[in-house]
Amino acid sequence: MELDPDDVFRDDEDDPENELFQERESTKEYVVYLVDASPKMFSTSSSAEDQKNESHFHIVVSCIAQSLKSQIINRSYDEVAICFFNTREKKNKQDLNGVFVYTVAERDSLDRPTARFIKEFDRIDESFANDIGSQYGIVSGSHENTIYNALWVAQGLLRKGSAKTADKRILLFTNEDDPFGSIKGAAKTDMTRTTLQRAKDAQDLGISIELLPLNRPGEEFRDLIGLEGGDLALFMPSAGQKLEDMKDQMRKRMFTKRIVKRISFMIASGLSIELNSYALIRPTVPGVTTWLDSVTNRPLKTERLFICADTGALMQEPPKRFQSYKNENIIFSSAELSEIKRVSTGDLRLLGFKPLSCLKDYHNLRPSTFLFPSDKEVVGSTRIFIALHRSMLRLQRYAVAFYGNPSNPHLVALVAQDEIIINGGQLEPPGMHMIYLPYSDDIRNIEEFHSSTDVVPRATDDQVKKAAAMMKRIYLKDFSVCQFANPALQRHYAVLQALALEEDEMPDINDETLPDEEGMARPAVVKAIEEFKLSVYGEDYDEESESAGNGKVSEASKKRKAIAENAVKESANYNWADLADNGKLKDLTVQELKYYLSAHGLPLTGKKETLISRILTHMGK
Amino acid sequence: MARNREALLLLLDVGPSMHSVLPQVENLCSMLVQKKLIYGKNDEVGIILFGTEDTSNDLTNEVGGYEHVVVLRNIKVVDGDIVEAFKQLPRGTVAGDFVDAIVVGLDMLIKKYRETNKGKKRMCLITDAVCPIKDPYEGTKEEQVSTIAVQIAAHGIRMENIVVRRSSCENAKKRIIDENENLLNLFSEKSSSKIVYVDNPTSLLGALKTRNIAPVTIFRGDLELGQKMKIKVWVYKKTAEEKFPMLKKYSDKAPPTDKFATHEVKVDYEYRSVEDPSKVVPPEQRIKGYRYGPQVVPISSAEWEAVKFKPEKSLKLLGFTDSSNILRRYYMKDVNLFIAEPGNTRAMLAVSALARAMKEVNKVAILRCVWRQGQQSVVIGVLTPNLSEKHNIPDSFYFNVLPFIEDVREFHFPSFRNYPMSWQPNEQQQEAADNLVKMLDLAPSGKGESLQPEFTPNPVLECFYHHLELKSKDADAAVPPLDETLKKITECDTELLADSKSVINAFHRHFELKENPKLKKSTRRFLWEKPFGSDREDADGDASDAESIQDFVAMISRRDNPEWVGKAIEDMKKKIFELVKSHEGDNYLKAVDFLAALRKGCILEQEPKQFNDFLRSLFKFCQEENIDQLRELLVSKQLSLIPKSEAVDSDATDNEAGHFLTRRVPKDV
Repeated sequence: MELDPDDVFRDDEDDPENELFQERESTKEYVVYLVDASPKMFSTSSSAEDQKNESHFHIVVSCIAQSLKSQIINRSYDEVAICFFNTREKKNKQDLNGVFVYTVAERDSLDRPTARFIKEFDRIDESFANDIGSQYGIVSGSHENTIYNALWVAQGLLRKGSAKTADKRILLFTNEDDPFGSIKGAAKTDMTRTTLQRAKDAQDLGISIELLPLNRPGEEFRDLIGLEGGDLALFMPSAGQKLEDMKDQMRKRMFTKRIVKRISFMIASGLSIELNSYALIRPTVPGVTTWLDSVTNRPLKTERLFICADTGALMQEPPKRFQSYKNENIIFSSAELSEIKRVSTGDLRLLGFKPLSCLKDYHNLRPSTFLFPSDKEVVGSTRIFIALHRSMLRLQRYAVAFYGNPSNPHLVALVAQDEIIINGGQLEPPGMHMIYLPYSDDIRNIEEFHSSTDVVPRATDDQVKKAAAMMKRIYLKDFSVCQFANPALQRHYAVLQALALEEDEMPDINDETLPDEEGMARPAVVKAIEEFKLSVYGEDYDEESESAGNGKVSEASKKRKAIAENAVKESANYNWADLADNGKLKDLTVQELKYYLSAHGLPLTGKKETLISRILTHMGK
Repeated sequence: MARNREALLLLLDVGPSMHSVLPQVENLCSMLVQKKLIYGKNDEVGIILFGTEDTSNDLTNEVGGYEHVVVLRNIKVVDGDIVEAFKQLPRGTVAGDFVDAIVVGLDMLIKKYRETNKGKKRMCLITDAVCPIKDPYEGTKEEQVSTIAVQIAAHGIRMENIVVRRSSCENAKKRIIDENENLLNLFSEKSSSKIVYVDNPTSLLGALKTRNIAPVTIFRGDLELGQKMKIKVWVYKKTAEEKFPMLKKYSDKAPPTDKFATHEVKVDYEYRSVEDPSKVVPPEQRIKGYRYGPQVVPISSAEWEAVKFKPEKSLKLLGFTDSSNILRRYYMKDVNLFIAEPGNTRAMLAVSALARAMKEVNKVAILRCVWRQGQQSVVIGVLTPNLSEKHNIPDSFYFNVLPFIEDVREFHFPSFRNYPMSWQPNEQQQEAADNLVKMLDLAPSGKGESLQPEFTPNPVLECFYHHLELKSKDADAAVPPLDETLKKITECDTELLADSKSVINAFHRHFELKENPKLKKSTRRFLWEKPFGSDREDADGDASDAESIQDFVAMISRRDNPEWVGKAIEDMKKKIFELVKSHEGDNYLKAVDFLAALRKGCILEQEPKQFNDFLRSLFKFCQEENIDQLRELLVSKQLSLIPKSEAVDSDATDNEAGHFLTRRVPKDV
């Protein structure tokens, strides 16, 4: 990652330390999506009425497409391959029947997702029947075993990179729990045996195989030829759930859980349990930009030069820092600074418990971190964690602890969260959320800032009632916290995708965060708002003039407003287009030029030439 | 004259009842002044002490009275001397009268500033309010206070009253305290002053904002409820993290004789082609490359400007939802505060009605916010009501940012219910956990809540400023350790631990931890992991010492085999003996630290004899070798034999332990 000195891309709003608590990209991930493309995957006959006619194949493909898009945003260094089996056509290195490895031009089979790959895979539904085709591979009489072939191909793809530096996974999507059903007798046992052996070989090479079963309503998905062992039961989606939920569940399982840090939680002296921390919520920001040479479009390396301000000499990065204090420079070595920050030993120390009501809405600084116990090294950790977790939930209490993380030690609140399961899907995992608490100097007493000795108005019961009635009307029943896509990010990547593919048309992104104008305009809603408005504002209320209040609006802003109004008036006296066309702008005074600029809300700074060129740009000339 | 300078007058009660907390008052004030020396060099500070033996103030000279009030320092620009003044405040001998002090302070402020500097004048009173206030010459105390309060308000002076509360009080005192609190309340009603009560020394350190920040709005404009209704609001930051000071890079290149050297380092950037590092590309020839997977797309800033996301500045209501829909853990950032436009009574009414209705029906509002024109992103967040209990403070909302889909990583975790029985707590264990959660209580009813974020100072910054001050005296000063008051933030309060000892012991008894026997030795790092892991670059001597102690504690508390205890003690003894044998002054300090750890461990493990025998033999050795330094250190740390009162099995009586350290002194001298 390169350092960017004038990082203009970042919003002022953004925390400069964002990167610090971004997930660390420690290892790369190689994933092969192994998708069953047998005709059974395409059948849309569903029993429940509320389900759309969507085939399992379509669900899988759209899940993969979605995860590719989020991968571009979050983890673009990971590499993926998409591989169909039970296909009519074949395309693979080993030249095995019934297996098709999907990719696009200028991209290896297992590679980082590119713009073209994502774009074309989005349309796979249309092209699939023509280019790849669906066909049962395992039929009695033939000796083909497409599952076996598919695993072999996937394993071949994952030969890249060492198992130490990369996490290798095969995700197998199918709705067939008995792939060898059509075959009888010894041939079947033989096929089962060889397939399992192939899977085992892959696992021995450090490749994990995960099965993502799609089941139909009313049918139980049995363990696919014992491929996955014991874990399956934990994740098996229950039968009969809606397709939407199935998508959700599948999406959750397609990511590997990455542990941010292993923490030891000291409950009392001599009693420390083992926890893993996960970053379930972190702000996603547009990827880093790099500098290129605009002539060659080749990448540039940014070099930092340290120059001594007194002598002008080039120097190495200095190891010492200073703070001027009492007209002196107080010098700190980096060892001293890190010692200052090291106020506590041990990772997380319990200080005590408080009732949940003590945790206020403004006790927040940054995203929370999720804690989940582990018995990997300290046996007994989970049991203690579960016991405390239950007690805290039952007694409605949270724990206060000190997190002695050397880079940023903090007082934290540990809030227990019970598991929430809806429609067989896990909505909230069980565990504790670590919330970073502010210190005294981080909290500002804004409420008192404008306080005077006067009694301030309070709403009457009737006004409160009207407000409550309005709330009932503008009610978001099923609001869930992360239902919106970030329009800025979506736009960013859509534009990049278009530019990467050298398309002229800029894509239009639907901004989901805008209010539902239609719903807001429903008569009942409008009436409720009107009633509330009448009750608090009274009959004749002009929001603009009222803002002047008791003349408290600052003089400066009044003056600014007056200047702007004047400028609009003055600016109307000139025929700007004409002046610009005849090159007469330079004959005007700076004062006159500024009429145009302030009337159009443009910056007023710079020399005369700058002003003129700004006007011309604005007019589009 | 700087426009933003603040005038602050500190009114400190130094009467006998305050003596126990004066160290914290000294720390708090010097922190405040130190930050002013860095961030508010033009601010002016004065100090008034009351409850002193002496009397020294203008009013005494002019009109008489106002005894036991001393102006320690007139109001003037902050400098190093004032930090010195807080090193050791004089301890007073008489009961202080805070009304007298306020009058003296008011008089000083009025004389110095007249009508100028409005709104930037502040008085800060720190007292325990346990001493009676003298009756005025005429009228009642209440009338007198009202008159003063009106004056304070008229001169635009803000007041902060920090009242130190103690739990144990006799009845007679209770009456005085009640009366005093009444008077203080009267102040806050009649003028813009506030009262803060603190219950313990730690919160006293955080009771006063040591950072002076002029609040700035991040948004002023309309909150749109549909297209029909708008409410004028102002938005401020409610929390913002105080960062560790940005230290400048130091250059030692300037010759030591150069008195005017800035010692600063300028950082410049150079761009070189990756393929041909000798080629430097001028900054204007650069173009930004945006990553899309493996591709890097060059886009000029003008091009980007044309296509980027440009939302309009606005605050739009999306709707209301049940507060239970928004879990606390989704709050993403620091918090904002929404208030109605000051002076706009109807906007205040609207905000008040919404906030009260939200509270009543348990709902929250979801907003879409674009704070500034030209901002490139939108924010989705939640408004929660903040009802005011004071008649002069309007209702408001807190605003917290919520995540977008892209910000959430939905991982699936196993249910606790699906775990094997061996991982589930049984009934007794659950009860032990319940008791721990109940007893290790930081907010006991009847007593104040401790470690309230509002009153908890940042220990790292406290440590930094303390060290800064030490270094200004002696450039080689070592980093000071956290004092007892600050330790209560990073470690469990020893008093609380002692109170809930039985519960903690029961918890210990019911749960067992052991290291996973299946793990290979090489991968087994966690349980004995060094306190700060491998990411610490400076593996200096001190570090390994801390580790040795940590290792010892870990080993001695291992429950999987009783032999560990013996081994841990033997190892430690060996280490201490090695250090003492080396005859180096520095090593004695380490040895003492180790001895302290060993002593603690031996008490916990009921092995007092091991420690006592070792200490005796060590002393003998010291005497033979004439190492007096070690004994002196032990005396200063009160490290003696373990007496019967600390461990029942001990062979040393309390008396013997008490005299052990001093016993042989006469012989040596």
